[in-house]
Amino acid sequence: MSKISPFWVSAAVVLAAGLAFTEIVENQYYFTAIYLILQGLIMAVAWNILGGFTGYVNFGSAAFFAVGAYTAIALDKALGLPLPLLIVAAAAICGLIGLGVGYLTLRLKGVYFAIATLAMAIVLETFITNWSYVGGARGAYILTPDKHLWFDSYSEMLFMLMLVLAVVSVAISRKLNFSRLGRGLAAIRDDEVAAECAGVPTLRLKLVSTTIMGAMMGVAGAPYPFFVTYVDPLSAFNLFVAVNAIAMPMIGGTAHWIGPVIGALLVGSMQEIVKVNISSELNILIVGVMLVLFISLAPQGIVGLVQKHFLKRKA
Amino acid sequence: MSDVILRVENLSKRFGGFTALQNVALHLTAGERLGLIGPNGSGKTTLINCISGALYNDDGTIVFEGADITRLPPHQRARLGIARSFQIPKPFRSMSVLENLRIPLEYAAWSRAEHRRITDEAMHVLETIGLKELAGKSSGDLTQVDMRKLELARALAAKPKVLVSDEAMAGLSGAEVDEIIEILLGLNRTGVAVIMIEHIMRAVMKFSERVAVLDAGQKIADGDPQSVIANPDVQRAYLGE
Ligand SMILES: Nc1ncnc2c1ncn2[C@@H]1O[C@H](COP(=O)(O)OP(=O)(O)OP(=O)(O)O)[C@@H](O)[C@H]1O
Ligand SMILES: [Mg+2]
Repeated sequence: MSKISPFWVSAAVVLAAGLAFTEIVENQYYFTAIYLILQGLIMAVAWNILGGFTGYVNFGSAAFFAVGAYTAIALDKALGLPLPLLIVAAAAICGLIGLGVGYLTLRLKGVYFAIATLAMAIVLETFITNWSYVGGARGAYILTPDKHLWFDSYSEMLFMLMLVLAVVSVAISRKLNFSRLGRGLAAIRDDEVAAECAGVPTLRLKLVSTTIMGAMMGVAGAPYPFFVTYVDPLSAFNLFVAVNAIAMPMIGGTAHWIGPVIGALLVGSMQEIVKVNISSELNILIVGVMLVLFISLAPQGIVGLVQKHFLKRKA
Repeated sequence: MSDVILRVENLSKRFGGFTALQNVALHLTAGERLGLIGPNGSGKTTLINCISGALYNDDGTIVFEGADITRLPPHQRARLGIARSFQIPKPFRSMSVLENLRIPLEYAAWSRAEHRRITDEAMHVLETIGLKELAGKSSGDLTQVDMRKLELARALAAKPKVLVSDEAMAGLSGAEVDEIIEILLGLNRTGVAVIMIEHIMRAVMKFSERVAVLDAGQKIADGDPQSVIANPDVQRAYLGE
């Protein structure tokens, strides 16, 4: 019998704790608050696959979250598919768009790439704003189904769903981080020419990276319409959501899979606390300040700080 | 006559209006040791960039083992068996020295490597180059000299048929230069053809079976080392006018 890794034990504990949480806790606020943190976590993990592992820092990734949300809206309206299928469909469509956009933009480097992805986000937003089937600029209302399995409420079910999706996303990111593919991505991040000359098919690997990123962002977005019940382009392509997806991995650390997880849990819960106790306007300021502090003082994020401290102690 | 493994014909490379290489022809036979010399800025590195695919040449063809590779991307050339070191080291900085070697072993040499023994194979190469003690060290923290050695180690880890070493010895002490020459000779004995770009003439003369000379983007001499050195054109290029 092979040993079960601590990661999977932790994952099982987290899921079990989540289930217990839905049984014990009555106050619905907690479910919506944690849902938002988990949504940020999945987006952070997704952003990090392209922005962190592969080194293609960009501002456009969060657009795939919106496309995921709108995929769910459109297919819910057209076919009335159940949520799990909507999530799968969003993953497939966003993965494909990620592949296409990657093909168009990945020849660019650095700042140019970042700007191109931003332009892509604007194109997608314009497209959706003019797509009347999903409400166009007016937005769309979504009726949440009456049924919510054995859970006490729909938001409890969404919370549990998001927890499962988050665990799966983190597992994929971790697997990638320690795989041959992940090492190839790291080589691209460190030096693309040297990577090519060492046999790494950089274009193909970058396309794999944008595809996974897109699919994962889409997964984060698909349940969103059912969570908020009203979506318009402004809320789906929200700047704050996009900034979070970048800030969380940057603050946590981008080279290791655990970085975006730490960043998302830290920044996400801090934001919820601030939102409740002070104001939601202050949130974006706080993230901005933290981001600037980390980029200038600890560019390797929290993971980098811990590693450094640990290595110094050992030496 | 042994087989030609690499043949460059009529190769030209321009950067804007500047012609860095003009109608260069060069060949390499399997298992050969070729020294490539020339003054600073004569186009040696540019030629290597074209051979490895890091740059695409404007005119001319490159043939490797009978197949035209002129438009092949670098990673495919690496898989076929062309490996190079970089004159200005390009380590994978986020990785340890050992991990740097995993990349060519897992990509360029994937079809030639033993998949279960990648770490052992990497350690073996590090031992040959004399970097074994630094295996766990972050490659970004190496000294310039060790970074050059890492360049060579990473190229070796690709298990090439042709290795191009671009000034791997710059900055090394006399003893270290001898060490690297021994490593390259040892590698050559296993059948690997080597192109050695070097300014250290002692090393070039000791290592090369044949020497080619570039000057201002053109090949001005190609032949056995002694006669190339004696060639008046070569002496003029080096003395500089
Ligand atoms: N990417 C580039 N863009 C523009 N010019 C370049 C580029 N690469 C090289 N050159 C120019 O081409 C010429 C040849 O450069 P190259 O690096 O090939 O010379 P070299 O023989 O390797 O010199 P050294 O002995 O100094 O390494 C130089 O004049 C250089 O400035
Ligand atoms: Mg050079």
